[in-house]
Formats: sequence, C-alpha cells, structure tokens
Amino acid sequence: MSTPLIEVVDLEKDYSTGAGVFQALRGVSLVITEGEFVAIMGASGSGKSTFMNLLGCLDRPSRGSYHLNGQDVSRLSSDQLAALRNREIGFVFQGFNLLPKLTALDNVALPLMYAGMAREARRQQAQVMLERVGLGERSHHTPLQLSGGQQQRVAIARALATRPRIIFADEPTGNLDSETSRQVMAFFSQLNREEGITLVLVTHEADIAAYARRRIRFQDGRVVEDVVQEEVAA
Amino acid sequence: MIFSSLFETAWHALATHRMRSFLTMLGMVIGVAAVILMMAIGQGAQAMVRDAIKSMGSNLFIIMSGASTSGGARVATGNAPTLTFDDADAIRDLKDVLTAAPVSPGTAQLIYNGVNWSTSVFGTTPDYVLVRDWPMASGGFFSEADVRSGARVAVIGQVVARELFGAEDPIGKIIRIKQAPFEVIGVLAAKGQSLDGRDQDDTVMVPISSAQQKIFSNSLRNRARFIMAQAVSAKSMDAAESAITNVLRSRHRIGVGQEDDFSVRNLTALAEAAAATTRIMSILLGAIAAISLVVGGIGIMNIMLVSVTERTREIGIRMAIGARRRDVLWQFLIEALTLSLIGCGIGLLLGVGGAWLVGSLADLPVAVTPASVLLAVGVSFLIGVFFGFYPARRAAGLDPIEALRSQ
Repeated sequence: MSTPLIEVVDLEKDYSTGAGVFQALRGVSLVITEGEFVAIMGASGSGKSTFMNLLGCLDRPSRGSYHLNGQDVSRLSSDQLAALRNREIGFVFQGFNLLPKLTALDNVALPLMYAGMAREARRQQAQVMLERVGLGERSHHTPLQLSGGQQQRVAIARALATRPRIIFADEPTGNLDSETSRQVMAFFSQLNREEGITLVLVTHEADIAAYARRRIRFQDGRVVEDVVQEEVAA
Repeated sequence: MIFSSLFETAWHALATHRMRSFLTMLGMVIGVAAVILMMAIGQGAQAMVRDAIKSMGSNLFIIMSGASTSGGARVATGNAPTLTFDDADAIRDLKDVLTAAPVSPGTAQLIYNGVNWSTSVFGTTPDYVLVRDWPMASGGFFSEADVRSGARVAVIGQVVARELFGAEDPIGKIIRIKQAPFEVIGVLAAKGQSLDGRDQDDTVMVPISSAQQKIFSNSLRNRARFIMAQAVSAKSMDAAESAITNVLRSRHRIGVGQEDDFSVRNLTALAEAAAATTRIMSILLGAIAAISLVVGGIGIMNIMLVSVTERTREIGIRMAIGARRRDVLWQFLIEALTLSLIGCGIGLLLGVGGAWLVGSLADLPVAVTPASVLLAVGVSFLIGVFFGFYPARRAAGLDPIEALRSQ
C-alpha cells in the first residue's frame, strides 16, 4: 500500500478574470498512495475544488506536474484524458449529476457505453453495481422517483461501474440529511477498507472529514495542514 | 464507443422531447413533401407538353389570314380571310415545302340517331392529315376529288365517335352536321391534348368546299382562315418561311413597305418555346420547394442550438464520466441527422401521396421519379449534417468543468 498513485509537484492553476489573473492554486506538492482515504478540506475559495478538478483530469494545470499512476497527465490529449476519467476515475458530486431522463440502470451503464461495452453486457454490469449499493430493486426508476440518498447511491454505482482505482467525491453529502450522510460515508469507508479503492473526498464539514484517515487542509491555494489521524469514524 | 449506442442515445433524446422533435421535423417534412410534389407536377407538365408536341407533327408552319384592309378600316387578324385555296396550292409547290393544306374551321352541332354533340369542324383537304402526321383508326380520309366535288363525307375524331356512336361502328353511317347529312367514311386515330389544352380528338373533318357550302354557308368561298404547311426538313425551316412570305406577298400584290395581310408562324419554334417555358417553370417550382427544405434545415439547427444550451450540464456529466469530444459531437450530429431523415421519410410519404392525389384530381400526368426521391433524401441528409454540425461542434467544444457547473 505504498505505490504512489497520485503525485503532484508545484501544481499551480491560474484563472484569468475580468479583474486580472486569479491564482487558485499556488504550488501544491503531495503524494497520495493507492488505497488511501483522503479528505481535502478548506473554506470556499481555498482552492480545494480546483485541486480536485485537476486530480480528476477535468482540467489542466497552468504549471507544475501531475503524475497519475506514473503517467504524466499534462502530456495527454483530451481524448486520452477522457479515457482516463472513464477507466481510472469515478466521480461523485454534491448534486448527484444523474441524467434525469435516464433510468438508474441506464445512468450506471453510461460510463460503460463510453468504454465501448455492448448494450447487454453493460446493462448486466450496471445491475450488479446497483445491487452492490442496495438499489437492485430500483434499477428502472428515474432519478426523480428516488430519494436524495438513493440518487447518491446510484451516482456511487455509476462511479464504480468501470471499476476505477480512485473515486473523487466532491461534497457528496452536501445535499443529504445527517442520517443519509452517515450511510453514504459508511459505504465509502467500506469500499476503501474492503476493496482498497482510493478515495479523495472534498468537504468543508469536519464530521464528514472524520471518516478519512488523512486530512489535507487548503487555504489560499496552498496546503496548510496534512495530517494522518489514528481514530477514524466508521 | 459503439455506433448503435449513438443511435440509441439520439433516439432516446428525441423520444423524451416528442413534441419538440415533431415540430422540428415538420420543417423537413414540409420541405421534402414540397420538393417531391413540385418535381412530380413539373415532370408531369413537361411530359404533357412533350406529348402535345409529338402529336402536333414536325416542321410545321401555320399561316394565318389577317390584317386585311377593307375600305380603309383595318380588320383584326383572322376576321376576314385573306388566304385562298390557290395560295395553299402555291405554297405546296414551293421547293422547301413538303405539303400544305388550307383550313376553314368552325363549330357545329352533330346529330346521329337522336344523339347530338357540339364539336369543332375542320373544312380542309387530304393534305391536312399528311401535314399533321395523323393516321386513321378505321376507314379512310376523303380525297382531292371529294374536295373538288364538294362531297358530303366526314372523318370523325375519337371523342366524336365515342359520343355519337358508342360501341357502334360509325363507318358508312349518316350524321347531320348543322342539318346537312354527311356520310362518315373514316375515324381518326387518337391524338390527345394539343399545346393549348384542346382535345384534338373532339373534331370532325370534311372537305373544305363542303364545309363552306353546307355548314358555314357564308361568303367565304375559296377562302381559308389558315393554311398549315410542312417544311421538307428541320434545316429548311428558315428557307421555307421566307419563301412562303415572298410568294404570298407577290400573290397578294403587297408593295414594298406595305404590311403583310397574313402572318407566318413557326409552330415548331413555338412548341419548343412552350417546352422551354414548362422546363423553367418546373425548375422554378423545384427551387421554391428547395428553399423550404433549407428553411427546415435552419429550424433543425435552431432547435439543436437550444438543445445544446439546455443540456450543457448533461454534456458536462457525460464528459466527466468519459465521453470524448467526438462522442459528444457524434451524439448531437446523429440527433440532427435522425431528425432530418425521419422528417424526410414522412415528407416522402406525404409528397408521393400528394402527387397521387393531384394526379387523380387534376388529371395531370404527375410523375414521382426515383431521381426526385434520391434528390430529396440526399439533400435532407446533407442538411442534417450541415445544420447539425455547428451545434454539435459547439457541444463538443464545451469545457467539462464549466458545463458541470451550469444549471
């Protein structure tokens, strides 16, 4: 459990705004090894979301290097980045980001479609994933027919569909009540413990961050705290 | 990504917005239907003109009596015949003219066995059917001798034969033309419509002398309303025209600078002009229809642009979970193509149905040709690609993070 999965060196990200250049990240260097459960914390505007977008290959850094699984991400084409997001990375968002017109099953099968899997095969695998998150019975419901917690579980099933190594979760419990949040976090912990999936969680809530062993705190585009705690919630 | 998945995705997107998809398609439907229908009507009109020209005979002149001066008052063209039988003979003897026939036309009531029918009567000579290249269906045409003697014999067209005699054989029967009895000695073969839309089979032909004496009973003895003449070949048309003009001017003693009291019209040239007009008309109809097709395409582009804006978040989600730019491009392009091709299919059915309806209601020989169908399908496909490409490229060019943030 010590292979560096993510390695960033002097990562910087600028945004040009009307008022000039805004430096969202001002030189971040860190390593995340396979199987870690990391919480990235910080106030809004601290750069934590920008950092996650870079790690998730949704965006490219202005300067600095990012190696994912030993591969220099900055050299990849946008198609290669898309393939990387498809196979190596799963996303869970605060707003669930399911396609409202598709059933739970089709939502979960969507990444498999972009992976080039045939229709029947991907529906079978999507069904397996929905069963894993306890929604095997709800596969033909559309997101609007599901509760917030159920929608987030569908989103997690979708993130797991292509069996990625890392899951990035951006405020995954932001729209959920505390009981549902606890269930979702417990499921994440279980995934990390039992399957060794690397989890990177962005949150500003301390009790949610408490599920992660390692906590990284961002402030003004820099890492100001990076600690490993012995006691984790479960 | 698998191609069938693209169609599945496109179909699903269109099916979830049924009303919008239908309305978007409507532009294509109307455009394609219009193209098919207009081209069918154009083709039909052209075919009709072609048939009429074929039935007219070739290398024809019509020399009309006209513009004679009587007592200082000019009389309108055709009112007082200035042409004589001898003029016709003189024209026939010209070396560039194959044959010529004087005609004295009119209308009269025909009666046979209590049935009556009003039709056009042509007093003429046997040369007329040669000029018009008009074969007989049964019996024979009257002879020069009949013309000279003013024989009471008649040759009837198909319509007259049908209306007066039904299934009966007309040959040898006596009909009354304006009370005067005539013996039917022949039935003409069918000719169909002329260029001016008259039914050429609704006619009866009698020796010109008999017509003037027994039917029209006027003072026009030896005068012809017009003369039909046929040049020996297409190449001699110009020579024949000037020869006819010269011989008539000298016979009518028209001095230099004086106006002709007749007019020579090149019917073949007129027919060609009519054919050209019809061709231009049908191109025009097709062009107008094609404009509606383009407007339909712009409708598709418009809705696709709205759709891309509305679905920005969806595009962001798809990109986040691994859609490449070209997957997004294809998704929207195929949506536009599916819209335009389904619209084309419906338009095709409507156009063919409409053409059939017009054909049976207006009695027009409409023709839906494979070329027009191919054109409509091809143009719809191109329109789908052309007007679908810009919105699709816009979708594919979105930044995943911004797309995800949009609401």
